[in-house]
Amino acid sequence: MIHVEGIGKRYRITEGGARYGTLRDAIAGGAARLVGRGGPRRRESDFWALKDVSFDVAEGEVVGIIGRNGAGKSTLLKILSRITPPTEGRIRLLGRVASLLEVGTGFHPELTGRENVFMNGAVLGMRREEIRRKFDEIVAFSEVEKFLETPVKHYSSGMYVRLAFAVAAHLEPEILIVDEVLAVGDADFQKKCLGKMGEVARGGRTVLFVSHNMGAINRLCGRAVLLEGGGLACEGPTSEVTARYLSARTAEVPAVAFEPDPAKDAQIVRAGLVDRDGVPAGGFDLRAPHGIEVHYVVRKRLADHRVTVRLSSGAGELVVASFSNDNREGLHPVEPGPYIARMEVPAMLLVPGDYLVGLSIGQPNVRTYHQEEAAFRFVVDGHDLLIRQGPTGMLCGQFFPWRTGPAPEGRSEAAVARPRQSAGDVG
Amino acid sequence: MSDAARAEVVIAPPKGFKPIDFRELWQYRELFMQFAWRDISVRYKQAVLGVLWAILTPLVMAGILTLIFGLLGRLPTNGIPKATFYLSGLTVWLMFAGLLQNAAQSLVSQAGLFTKVYFPRILLPMSSMAVPLADYLMAFVVLLGIAAYQGFVPNLHALYVVPLCVLWATVGAFGVGLWFSALNVYYRDIGYVLPFITRIGLFASPVIYPVSMIPARWHWLYGMNPAVGPIEWVRWAVFHVGPTPEPVLFVSIPVALVLFLSGAWFFRKMEHTFADVV
Repeated sequence: MIHVEGIGKRYRITEGGARYGTLRDAIAGGAARLVGRGGPRRRESDFWALKDVSFDVAEGEVVGIIGRNGAGKSTLLKILSRITPPTEGRIRLLGRVASLLEVGTGFHPELTGRENVFMNGAVLGMRREEIRRKFDEIVAFSEVEKFLETPVKHYSSGMYVRLAFAVAAHLEPEILIVDEVLAVGDADFQKKCLGKMGEVARGGRTVLFVSHNMGAINRLCGRAVLLEGGGLACEGPTSEVTARYLSARTAEVPAVAFEPDPAKDAQIVRAGLVDRDGVPAGGFDLRAPHGIEVHYVVRKRLADHRVTVRLSSGAGELVVASFSNDNREGLHPVEPGPYIARMEVPAMLLVPGDYLVGLSIGQPNVRTYHQEEAAFRFVVDGHDLLIRQGPTGMLCGQFFPWRTGPAPEGRSEAAVARPRQSAGDVG
Repeated sequence: MSDAARAEVVIAPPKGFKPIDFRELWQYRELFMQFAWRDISVRYKQAVLGVLWAILTPLVMAGILTLIFGLLGRLPTNGIPKATFYLSGLTVWLMFAGLLQNAAQSLVSQAGLFTKVYFPRILLPMSSMAVPLADYLMAFVVLLGIAAYQGFVPNLHALYVVPLCVLWATVGAFGVGLWFSALNVYYRDIGYVLPFITRIGLFASPVIYPVSMIPARWHWLYGMNPAVGPIEWVRWAVFHVGPTPEPVLFVSIPVALVLFLSGAWFFRKMEHTFADVV
């Protein structure tokens, strides 16, 4: 059904280069080289986003693809979806393929919901006739019947996503390639989507499913493929592969150190995750508070300064940006010397997953002395709990203190005795 | 699925020359129609405004040109009232420029599409031509009306001359558009070069003057502009005055074909890198 053989993808990285040049530069550069005294050609280096990846997927199989950010998952998906060709290797796909790298591709804000269903369906490879046949079903699934004749620019983001997913959910290809599109909408809708995905999977279709959500992978996929650094690390039964992924993930030390640079008036020298006692920690156990500790030196007296910590999720979304002067008024002058700043992260706040820490030090609104967008990463552990229970994509940790027990005498009897009352009867 | 046999897709590194895959384009005809229909529908959503826009642009420009060149300069217009003469040239030229500009922007402006889904990339520049063609149709009707009011009745040849001229200009504009659309992915300053080209092109085409103003020995060169021939022939068909345009202007037919073929070659050569670069 899907036969992937020795796939590799190379990207050229031009040092200090923008992603696209200008014609002016290209002409100037070409002319200079022609005359024979062009400046040094920009150095180029190769980067293999994928290398020598092979695996097979049998008909009707649902296979999960997992790996950290940058492991090559998206590149593999793009190649499988024919968005970009491989540099080497071969893939054979037998059957009609549909790929879902995002929901709502091709939506146009000026078009109505109805028009966009047809637009989006066509982009995803559905025949017009097919869309017409499933139209009512799609609309019912999306729950936006009332706004079908409204341009989608007036939709709320929830409605937009519902409609978009509804179209995608009614694709009936023989092979379906899905990126993390389930992380959209509210919890109820996500459950509905997961349910639909499960239906698709049981319907005998071949599915390749990429996700960070180990719970979803475990539920939907029989087999999984783990990518690491562009290569295939292992494949096999889902539970084994996800277990390996989760244990590998925690192996990395969440700390970083930087070379001293005397040119900087203030500089971060090292930083890392610490536990509640200030001892360097290997990972973040959700159930206890942790800290992010920043060691910095100040080389010249500064009239004011602050340290900034930016916490982003593995998916790249900013979770929080916090400043060391957040809870103090006025200026914070410092004398030259070494300092330590620690930001406390309470327990039960972050959702289990990967986090990226960005750091900077500077004078508020004046200048930044040292900035590291991607200083280090850490993992918030708690996946064992997450797998067991339902909703995913929550923005804040899921564990709140609960107390359950029998109700005190006399307080709930009335409710038990009269189970249902319409509002009109009361008072 | 109604598709009979199971389609097999082989994904492999791109190699060598790839001509346009017409069979695949045919398979994607519904998506092409959908793209074209989307552009038209967005353009003419507010029916009045859309139509007005298509008509007003050439009318206002013709008015300005009449003021500047008609009253101040002494350029002949072959016995056709100045404003109408300008309008007839402008409508064709604006179509040509619109086709070129839309095709050139079609990839960059829709990067969100082709970085997420596979379809033949050439559908984007192809479908981008729907709106300029529709605009032309509308402007042409207005032109016919004005010409008729002034007593010009198009000759019978107009029935095939005008569509052929549109095709002629379209092939030329599409060829250039293909080049620019692919280059635009790599060099974003193409976006600045284009308006420059369309502005110069206005004066390098017989919009505000007849071809007879150009010395005859340069006609072969002047005629290479693929907008020149269509403008002259449409004018001849609509107003039916003066001699038939010179055969030398047909020089731009092979030029348009070469532009089209080379544009298609370049586009096909570059298309596999679009998603990585954009």
